[in-house]
Formats: sequence, structure tokens, C-alpha cells
Amino acid sequence: MIKEKVRVKTFKIDGIDVTGQSNATLLEVANEHGIKIPTLCYFEGLTPAGACRMCLVEVEGSDKLIPACTAKIKEGMEVTTNSERIKSHRKMILSMIFAERTHTCSVCVSNGHCELQDQAVDLGLDHSEVPYIHKVFEIDASHKEYIYDPNRCILCTRCVRVCDEVEGAHALDILSRGIDAKIIHDMDEPWALSESCTSCGKCVHVCPTGSLFEKGVSATEMVKKKSIITNLIKTRKER
Amino acid sequence: MEAKKIVIDPVTRIEGHAKITIDIDKSGVVEDARIHVTQFRGFEKMCEGRPLTEMPALTARTCGICPVSHVIASTKACDAIMAVRPPKAARNLRRVINLAQIVQSHALNFYHLSAPDFLYGFDAPKEDRNIFKMMQTHPEMAKDGIKLRAFGQKIIQELGGKRIHPEWVVPGGVSHKLEEEQKENILSQIPEALEIAQRALAFFKENIHKFAKEIESFATFDSLFLGLVNKKGALDHYDGHLRIMDAQGNILEDGIDPRFYKEYIGEAVESDSYLKSPYYKPMGYPQGIYRVGSLARLNIAESCGTPLADAELVEFKKINDGKPVLNSFYYHYARLIEIIYGIERIKELLEDPKSMEENVRAHSGINRLSGVGCSEAPRGTLFHEYDVTKDGVISGVNMIIATGNNNLAMNAGVKQVAQAFVDSKNITDGALNRVEAVIRCFDPCLSCSTHALGIISSHIEIRDHNKQVIETIARS
Repeated sequence: MIKEKVRVKTFKIDGIDVTGQSNATLLEVANEHGIKIPTLCYFEGLTPAGACRMCLVEVEGSDKLIPACTAKIKEGMEVTTNSERIKSHRKMILSMIFAERTHTCSVCVSNGHCELQDQAVDLGLDHSEVPYIHKVFEIDASHKEYIYDPNRCILCTRCVRVCDEVEGAHALDILSRGIDAKIIHDMDEPWALSESCTSCGKCVHVCPTGSLFEKGVSATEMVKKKSIITNLIKTRKER
Repeated sequence: MEAKKIVIDPVTRIEGHAKITIDIDKSGVVEDARIHVTQFRGFEKMCEGRPLTEMPALTARTCGICPVSHVIASTKACDAIMAVRPPKAARNLRRVINLAQIVQSHALNFYHLSAPDFLYGFDAPKEDRNIFKMMQTHPEMAKDGIKLRAFGQKIIQELGGKRIHPEWVVPGGVSHKLEEEQKENILSQIPEALEIAQRALAFFKENIHKFAKEIESFATFDSLFLGLVNKKGALDHYDGHLRIMDAQGNILEDGIDPRFYKEYIGEAVESDSYLKSPYYKPMGYPQGIYRVGSLARLNIAESCGTPLADAELVEFKKINDGKPVLNSFYYHYARLIEIIYGIERIKELLEDPKSMEENVRAHSGINRLSGVGCSEAPRGTLFHEYDVTKDGVISGVNMIIATGNNNLAMNAGVKQVAQAFVDSKNITDGALNRVEAVIRCFDPCLSCSTHALGIISSHIEIRDHNKQVIETIARS
């Protein structure tokens, strides 16, 4: 099989000249050049999903905001990663995430170690801009080691992707749409009854919030070991 | 004369929101008086469906004054469900943080809420009956109050990482061991705290003679007393068994394992208050009235177990010739003795080498489907009972909050004071202040006990014989 010829493209991010391989995404090039674009569903090494829209950026000549995690770079493009418009959109996105489920940081196992909480702090979001809905979901505590709390799930699908792409089990998926959507095991079995789950815990450690966590931990105690997954992906690629 | 109803709303200088109604009959005599807790929170319901290990953090949000008490009772209920006994170091350290909570809360009640009445009298203008006036006229005393409260709060911060809602106390023990530097930090503050506590006690004893009529009528009646004592029958705020004593000093029940509390305590509900009315089951409702908190604890305990507090307990027991002290005004005295006990005991616990051990947490899964956690909070005996599924998800919660235990007694106290001081022809501010002050004796924490829809504090309503409000005295 003939590999596609990879070329280098040059363009601007926030007025800075940058270069990237032609098959790279905007987010990858920005990261390589130390330009910070906020993300939630993105996880280095997993296929981007473009699910959360936190990484929206402006591209000169287009009215639409595009997600940096899935957008491929183009020669000569001019990208803005931070403007009042972008900030306003990101705040609204974050507000909607907070409003849809029940993210009560003070009692959460991930309080102090939560990517959603960090984004709210970075953006100065001190209250939701839309009314809270607090839809109630039952938690799945059937697994002997882990708990899934859909009330804290932001549907980033990191867990679905890591289980499929890294563990190779594809035990997880998403059921339903919109506000009713939640992560399920197999055909919506209790986690303990899942025949495809290997209990590896990768889903727990890539989860950006306190939605997936280890049993027995109390508030603030769940520190996710994301680097284990990142290193695993990297090592496999290098083999 | 036409019958009328007095409404005190809000009741001031208490924690939480309440109102008092005083019913006056046609002859102008106080017929009845009741305290109504006007806030509802619903923790027992909202906790359902949550994982067991979230309960200490969740139920701690019941209160910002005594979150540690809830964390203690909650983690003990979790321990019971996990069927574990935390290591000795963890039990010692939990005791320390619980006592720190009691010291700071008692200091708050004495200096910030009650001392203005002692300093300026119950008939002083209401604009003077507050800690700000105390700062002007008795700055040293005000500083003492702030320092003593800070002493307790700093211990909570030192151990738990923060002063309110610390996460350090966890199911199975505590999350990390005590470091030598932390121990020394706390120990270095003990001498000053003890001096302040002794000054407060001396002030109270010097001035108590001024309040003879209040002592006589501030919820002075026969009732039972309930609390925890240890194996030696001494004061215990963390563990031990339940003891119930009657007004004559007879021990009605002793050695009760708190997990069987429901066999002895019933819960009644009144339509005019969100606060439960617990009662002693064998005597029925409402005859089974009992009191909890500092007064009850010192009544039922044979000793405190620390030298200075024990010496003071001897004096306390002399008030009623060795029989239980029935005057609720003496809650203030009992709280001051407990502050001294708390400081002495914290020192003892920290100096116990076992408190410094590495093992501070027992790990386990779900081994029982229900568990009871019981401890002594500043305001009295606190019960948390949880039911869980086999996976550890909460399926039922029952909480009897310290203040709730005193509900029947507070109502009886309000009626007694209203009958003694409220003159329907000349309703004075001083009389109404006394009606509020009797509640302050119990130091109720109403936000806690109703498990708020935050309506600003409390009012006194005067109602006629048709229960129509004819006068309202509102405070904000």
C-alpha cells in the first residue's frame, strides 16, 4: 500500500506563523506550538469526536465556528482561538453541560481533579447561564470495582472510544439521544453482567468528571491516572 | 378582653429560621405558645440513589456550623455497613475533630449569641443585644469569643484541610495520618484556649445570680435526659452507649447500643412545624419528652474524665443536690464545662502515641445492608441510619438531628416563659426577648434539624381565641 504523501502546511494561529503536517488537526498543531485551546471530549491518541464543542475556533473567511479537534489544517488559513465571541460560546456550552445533569462539585469524588470544573474556573463561569434541569438517572454500582453515575456524565464518549480503540473490547456505547443519552454496557446490561467488559478500568481513568469512578472513594479522592492511557497509546504506536 | 395571638418572627440569634406563636385567651392569659420551624430541606429523601461513600460529604451539607458532627455520624453509619472498626489512630483523630467542633460551636453560642443577654440584661434595647455592642463595651471578651471559636475552627482546618465541610473523615477512618508538626501546632494553642474558657466560666458564675427569675422559668420542668456515655458512665461525644435518665436521676435505660435506637425513640410529626418531635417510646407521645445536649450529657454522666472539667462537674451536680439539673438556663453553664472538657481531652488524645500511627483507614466493601451512626453533636445526640442495596446505593435514610430531640422540650420551654413574662396588656420587648432566649438556651440549629428554603430568620405572632393573628412582631 502506498502511503499518502504527507506535506507540511503553513498557516497562522492567533497571528503566529505555524506549520503542521497536512493530515494534522488544528488542535494538534496548536498543541505542538504551545497554543492552548480548551477541550473536554478530546483525549490525546483517541479518535477525535467533536462532541463537546469546547475547542471551537474562528477561521478567517467563515462565519461558522469550527471544532479544532476535528478540523484539518489548510495552507494559509488564519485561525483565532480566543475572542469575545468564542469565549461567549464556550461559556454557553459549559453552562448547558452543567445545567443538563447534576454537577454538585462539593460532594463529588472528582472535586479538585475534574476537567469540567477546571474549564469553568478558567472561563470564569460562576453560575450557569441557562436554568438547571437536574434530570435524574439511576447510578450503576453493580460492578465490584467501579461505579457509573450518569448524573455527572457529559457524554464526551472518551470511555466508549478508549474501550473500543485501546482495550479493543467495545463494551461501552451510547443509548438514546439528547437529554436522555447515557453510556451503556453491552445491550444496556448492568455493568456487572457485561460479557465484553474486561474490568480494565481504562474508561474510569479517561473520564474527565466524576461520572466513572472507583468504588470506596469519598469526595475529592478520585484522582484519574490519565497518563497511563496516554503512555499506553504512545508505546503501542511506537512498536 | 379579646383573645389574641402574638407572633415572634423571626426568632433571632439562633442558627436557622423559626417563628413563635403565643395564644392569648379571652381573659388575657397565655394559653399556649409554640415554636414553628419554618424551613424544609429534605436530606432524607435527596440522598436516596447516591453511593454510600458520598454520604459523609452530602450529609455534612446539612449544616455549616456543625458539619463535622454530621460527618462523624455519617462515617460511623458507613463503618457499620462496611462492618469495619477504624484503626485506633483514626478513632482518636475523629474524636479530636469532633471535640474541636463542639468547642467552636459552644463558643459561638456563648459569646456571639447568648452573652449579650448576660452582659446587658434581657430588657436592654435590642440594638444593644449583639456582639458588636460587646466589642465596644467589653472588647476583651469579644476577642476571647473570636479566639476560642478560631481555636476549634483551626483544629478542624489543621486536620481536615478546611474549616467547613472537611473531607478528611471518611468511611473506615480518616484519609491521612496526623503529622508531628500538625500535632505541635494544635498543642501550642491549648494553654490560651483553656485560659479563655476558664475566664468565660468565671464570668458566667459571677453573673448568674442576676438571672434568678430566668433560671426559674426558662424551660424548667421534669423531663427525661438522653445521651451517650462510655463504659465507665463518663462523658463521651464519639462512641459509647445510650443512657436515659428521668428527672429524679433514675436511670431508665442504660447500655443501649445506638443501632437499636428505634426501639426506644419514636418520631412524631406536627402539622405546624417541619421539625420532627422525637419521644421516648415507652412513655408515648407527647409524654415521652426528653432533652439532649450539654445539660443532658452532664446530667447523665458520672464524670467527665478530665481534671478541670471534673472539678467543675462537681459544682454543677450541686445545683440540684446531685439530681439532674432541670433548668434549661443551665445549658449555658454545661456548655462552658464541655468547652473545658473538650480542650483538655483534645490535649490528651493528641499526646496519645497511638494517635500518630500510620494506619488510619480500614478498607472494605458492603457487608451489611443497613447501619446506624450515632455521636454527640454540640446540640445533642445525632443519629444517621442508612439502608443500602447490595451494591452500596442508598435506598433509605433516617436522621434524627440533635436539635430535633429537643423539639418537645423547646415547645414546653417557650410556653413556660411566655406564661411567666408575657403580659397581654403590656407586651414588652424584654418579654419577647426572653421567649426567644429560652430557645437560645437549647442552642438549636434549625437548618440542620429540618434537613432551607432560605427565608430570612424568624417572628412572634399574637393570635386570638379563633387563632386569628392580631399582632405580628417581625425581625430581620
